[in-house]
Formats: sequence, C-alpha cells, structure tokens
Amino acid sequence: MRNAFAATITELAAKDDRVVVLSGDIGNRLFDAFKAQCPARFYNCGVAEGNMTGMAAGMAMCGLRPFTYTITPFATTRVMEQIRIDICYHNLPVTIVGTGSGLSYASLGPTHHSLEDVAFLRALPNLTVVCPADAAEVRAALEEIIKLDGPVYLRLGKKGEPVVHKQPPALVIGRGITVREGSDVCLLGLGNMVAPSLEAAALLEGRGVSAKVVSVHTVKPLDQDLLRDVLQRFVVVGVVEEHSRIGGLGSAVAEWAAAQESRTKARLLSLATPDLFLPESGSQKYLRKRFGLTPDAIADVIVRAYEAEKAKV
Amino acid sequence: LTVSEDEMKAIAREIRGQVVQMSHVKKTPHLGSSLSCVDIVVAVYWGVLRIDPQNPWDPGRDRFILSKGHAATTLYAALARRGYYDPAVLETYNQDGGHLAEHPCLRCVPGVEASTGSLGHGLPLALGMALAQRIRCAGGETPGLAKTVSSQAGTFPPSATQYRCFVLMSDGECEEGAVWEAALFAAAQKIDDVAVIIDYNKWQATGRSDEVMALGPLVDKWRAFGWSARELDGHDIGALLAALEKLPDGSGKPLAIVAHTVKGKGVSFMEDDNNWHYRTPTADELQAARKELGLA
Repeated sequence: MRNAFAATITELAAKDDRVVVLSGDIGNRLFDAFKAQCPARFYNCGVAEGNMTGMAAGMAMCGLRPFTYTITPFATTRVMEQIRIDICYHNLPVTIVGTGSGLSYASLGPTHHSLEDVAFLRALPNLTVVCPADAAEVRAALEEIIKLDGPVYLRLGKKGEPVVHKQPPALVIGRGITVREGSDVCLLGLGNMVAPSLEAAALLEGRGVSAKVVSVHTVKPLDQDLLRDVLQRFVVVGVVEEHSRIGGLGSAVAEWAAAQESRTKARLLSLATPDLFLPESGSQKYLRKRFGLTPDAIADVIVRAYEAEKAKV
Repeated sequence: LTVSEDEMKAIAREIRGQVVQMSHVKKTPHLGSSLSCVDIVVAVYWGVLRIDPQNPWDPGRDRFILSKGHAATTLYAALARRGYYDPAVLETYNQDGGHLAEHPCLRCVPGVEASTGSLGHGLPLALGMALAQRIRCAGGETPGLAKTVSSQAGTFPPSATQYRCFVLMSDGECEEGAVWEAALFAAAQKIDDVAVIIDYNKWQATGRSDEVMALGPLVDKWRAFGWSARELDGHDIGALLAALEKLPDGSGKPLAIVAHTVKGKGVSFMEDDNNWHYRTPTADELQAARKELGLA
C-alpha cells in the first residue's frame, strides 16, 4: 500500500500543483520520484509531528493540498490536538496518512501498533476516515480524496498486502465495495482485513455457508444504504478489523444500528483486537492468530453464529 | 495608512477601555492577559501589517495570528476599530448564538485568521502559510509539466505581493513543546518572513512564568534555536514599530521579539496583579478604569 501511495501521490502532484508531501523523517527512498519531480513540494519535517501537522493546516489555509505522512501512531494519536484543532476545527483539506496501520508493524511492539487510531479519529467532526483494502484501493481512494474539500485520514498498511482487486475498483468515498456476493452471511472487512475475510468466505463455502464480503473502506461517513441492506437481509453480519473492538468499524456499525427506529434483523459480530497492550513480541501473522483474526478463526466464529441463528428460526 | 505614534497611543487607550468593558458586561476572564498585549496589537495593526480591511481575505495580505487566543477581546476590539466590521458587533460578544466567543474562531468576523485558544498552535500555522508562499514562488519547478490545476481550480491564486506572518504568543505558551518543534523547523528552513512576538508579562494562569517553568532567559533561548531575537519594552509603540518594520530583516532567520510587558497594563489596580487573570471588573471598577484611561 505504501508504494502505491508514493506512486499515486507523485502522479497527482504532476497534475495538481497544490499537492505537497510532509514527511515525519520517514520514507527515505520512498519519495525519491516525488522529490525529483517536485523538489519544492516535499518537506522532511523532522521528528516533530505536532509542528508538521500544524504546518499542513497553515498550507491548506493558503490553498495547498498537503499530505502528512509517517508511521500511524505518530501521524495520528500523538498529534490528536493538532488534528482536532488545526485541521478539523478549521475544516481544511489536509490528508493525514498513517503507514503501517493496525498490526502491520507488529514486531516493533505496541508503540508502533495502531489499534485505537480509528476510534480517536472518527470521533472528530469534519474528518473523513478511509481505510483501503489493497494497493488498488489506495490508488482509487487518492483520486477521490484529492477532490474533497475537507480533512481526511488515510489508513495504510505497509507493503506487499494481498491483492483484493484484480481490476482497478470503482471507489466512491462513503460507499462500500462488494468484493464477493453471498446469500447466508455478510462480512464487513476493514482495510487489510478484507483479504483474510475473502479467504474466510472461501472456507465458509466449503462448509456450506455462502458469505458476502464488502470492503468498507470508508469508516466515516458510513455507507448507510449498505448497512440498511445487509443488516436486514442477513442473519449474521461480522465486522472484521485489525483494530480494537472499542471504537472501530464494529463500534461504528453498532452505533448506527442503535440509532435506527426499528430493530435490525442481523446478529452483529465484532472480530477485532482485544483491549490490551500486548506484552509479548510477535509477527503480524502470530498476533492475528492470537487475536482470532485468521481466515480459519473468522470462519469458525461465523459458522457457530450462523448455526445458532438458524436453530432459532 | 499613516498613523502617528500619539494616535496609536490614543487608540490603545480606547481599546483598553473596550476590553475592560467587555469583561465587565459579559463577566469573562483573561482581562490581565488582554490588556498586556494591547500596545503590541495596535502597533502591528496600525503600523506594520500590509492589510486592507475592505478586502480582508486578499491572498497577498499579511497575516496576524493571535496564538494566545485568550486575549480575544483585544483582537475583536482592534479589528472593529481598524475597520474590519461594525463596532456594534462587539456588543454581541459572548452572547448566546453570537459569533464572538471567548476564544476566536476562524473567520467568525472578517480578519480573524485562525481558531485559537489552545496554546502552541499559531506558530506552526504561520510556518505553513510561509511555506505555501515559498512553494508558490517556486512554481514551474517541474520541467515539461504545465501548471494546470491550480489556475483552473482557482484555489491557489497567484498574488502580486509577498505576505508576512506575525504570531502573538504568551510567555506561558512558550512552555508548549510544539512551539519549540516549530522554532527548530523555522530556523532549519530559514523562514525569514515569519515573526513571533512574545507578550512576556511574567505571569501565567496560576504563577510566575519564570518559576513554574525555567522560561528565562527567553531571548537567549530563541537565539540558541537559530532565530534573530531581541527584547524590548512591549508598551513602547515606537520600539515595536522599529523592531517589526523590516521583515524579513536581512539575517535569513525568523524573527522573535521578546516584548516585556505588564499584565493588566493601563489600569493601575490591575497591573501585575494576577488575580485579574480570572477576575472580572465591577461597575465601579469599570468606571475607575475608564477614568484612568482618560475615557470618562
């Protein structure tokens, strides 16, 4: 995803001289092409994310379209105050780009995990929250983000994520993308959990359960038409995310359901990370397994819930 | 606009009277902090900024950011007096459903450049504004690529004049880490069209600013961070004008003015008494203040 970001932002900058990249002392070679093409529109802002974020707001006040870029916790929760006031209160077209989101940098430990970022950021008025599923969604999302007039948080993984879209997807901010049709259950995947959700759907098919899978790349604004549809049509809807159960996409969907005038049909399941800082070392693969976010584990939870719901009918 | 120093002093007295009145009528705090920076704000708005109150959002205008947003009444009164809007609007200050809150909000009235109130935000904003100008001036950087979108979108218009950015901070505000992040970056990038003015009134909300944190020697700190730094009497309008008239000052460095001030300046019984950080004046105190300011 990060290579797709670097390539796409370089293309966008060639067409749009408002595009600026501010890096928090990261991406050493990643932006070489950007820097060669637009030397005046790249700044290494040092290990000073608060200033970087505030400066991005100042640039946007003068008509630019800045992108701040660093490892997710440092681009987001470290500088909540600057995002909240400088960017969101002023409602400015700054895009905050977090790289290595969720457990992408699992082995670096909890300082580099971002399992609460969506919870913090989606609470901010004016902010659009976009979590692409793969490199193709990153490209498509950036083409749309540049057209928006307000602030955006773009939550990236790292590099080498599995391909979800073989063709460039038609991505509209605020509308989920169905990546697999199904008739029994529905999986709403967030970002890098869309690919494992697809694998889970294949396993479910082998166990006689037909699963629809949607990439909910925009957490805010939520795709209300999608929720209205799947929460009425399916008996089980599972939200799958590499993020804490507290405040992530699952929370957003539950909040939405709680605000409806009539009850929804579906049983809502949250497949997310628990409320803890992990005290042990481990890879992304290891941690996903520990937290029940592998295709096998997802399929098991969904089958159990589906059978329980069917037994009630 | 050419205004003499004597006229500026008279304007400063008027604004002080207005600020005391607003605090009295609406029972709002931060009066001492608002009074300490009046002379700075007057010098900047009447003698330094290249602005046109009739065209408040001209892309080429100089920018002034009240980073110490708790001195909002001083800014509101100054903008009204300078002709940005009808002074009658000041009566709606802190009113339910009104536009003028106790801390300023971007464009709540013409001339308010940023939403402030949380300290340590103004300088990074100003640096971003300065870099936006630098980026615009570097236009045509990409060989073979046409400058297309901005002219079509019309959101990044060219400007005939070069603007400067002035940031007014409090001394307590210099305790925020983001200030020093910005100071380091500005010096590294030689951003010489930004000036910081510190309203060094020696008090923060609950104590002496040099005791709560080791703030002093403040001018040396800015100098050590690579800034062109100097100190002066923040109530001496002539000194302020002389220090700020030339920006960039030719040093290639950003400019920091450490302005020594007195909290509550202009009203004898408020001067250097930190109770007036939160206290609001009674009707009798308002009357006494107006008398001292030569307004009653």
